[in-house]
Amino acid sequence: MHELMVTENILEIAMRYATDTKATRITDLYLVIGELASIVDDSVQFYWDFVSEGTMAAGATLHFRRVPAQMQCQVCQHTYSPGESLPCPACASTHSRVIAGEEFFLEAIDVDQEPIGESK
Amino acid sequence: MKQRVPIVENILNANDELAAKNQALLDEKGILGINVLASPGSGKTSVILRTIGLLQDQLKIGVIEGDTAPVTIDADKITAVGMPAVQINTGGNCHLDAVQVASGLHNLPLDEIDLLIVENVGNLICPASFKLGTHFNIVIASVPEGDDKPYKYPNIYRGIDALILNKMDLLPYIDFDLDYFMAGITTLNPQAKIFPLSCKTGEGTEAWRDWLLTRLKR
Repeated sequence: MHELMVTENILEIAMRYATDTKATRITDLYLVIGELASIVDDSVQFYWDFVSEGTMAAGATLHFRRVPAQMQCQVCQHTYSPGESLPCPACASTHSRVIAGEEFFLEAIDVDQEPIGESK
Repeated sequence: MKQRVPIVENILNANDELAAKNQALLDEKGILGINVLASPGSGKTSVILRTIGLLQDQLKIGVIEGDTAPVTIDADKITAVGMPAVQINTGGNCHLDAVQVASGLHNLPLDEIDLLIVENVGNLICPASFKLGTHFNIVIASVPEGDDKPYKYPNIYRGIDALILNKMDLLPYIDFDLDYFMAGITTLNPQAKIFPLSCKTGEGTEAWRDWLLTRLKR
């Protein structure tokens, strides 16, 4: 439901960095999205074309790196997927914490820059 | 010439930064802020009204009501008991964000308020991802929703300070395994304080009030 706003944020961050590096075009965006981040790749992709239209990021390819959720038991240190079980499947302890899966960031962008000497 | 530009910037950074400003404003005014998360129908507004009833002799409580539809049903209930309230219509959006809370704060008499309660949009998914600038988060669960909610919506329970389990008066009539529910909460969040209560009968509400008072004194 909130992917439109999120997609606008992604564009805003990418444009800011691209402008800083004097890029003329953004060709690729590399996103890292944890399994627990409540963000649907397909929705972001859907909104991207609308949001980026008419900007230097128009037509850029979105790359998604999904990070699976992982929990670690605070008693026996066993790591496991919360899909498997919420309490620790090894020792049944309920003292676990999430160690991966909450990521939600823009890792990098690929940009085209004007070659040195050709700038107007 | 093609070039890779490393970024590593959190996509919700803009929201987080504004949330920090909201919190600074609350701190400056000496207000404690609570973000109330829950599914629709769990009794968020009823819990807020109960809380006002228990504390109105001691505190001035301001409320920001978030709803997706353009209605003022909840805010009207708060103002009817004499406390300042602002209704925010999110225009179909599934959660409140820091921008909306900032505008809500501008429409409340902050110099008079001791406690701010933000009633988020009824939703167990999206509100967990958006910081508002409140000092702590609580979830209101209720017996008729079922005992499996911690297992199905784990995210919402992980960042909370307290959980209210409302409608305890219905426990004899509903297949709700309290131990199973509690085990889910404890696994996700061993620190969360849990308050089983009933807004209808008032049972258990004093423990919640007392906890809130200890948080206010900090």
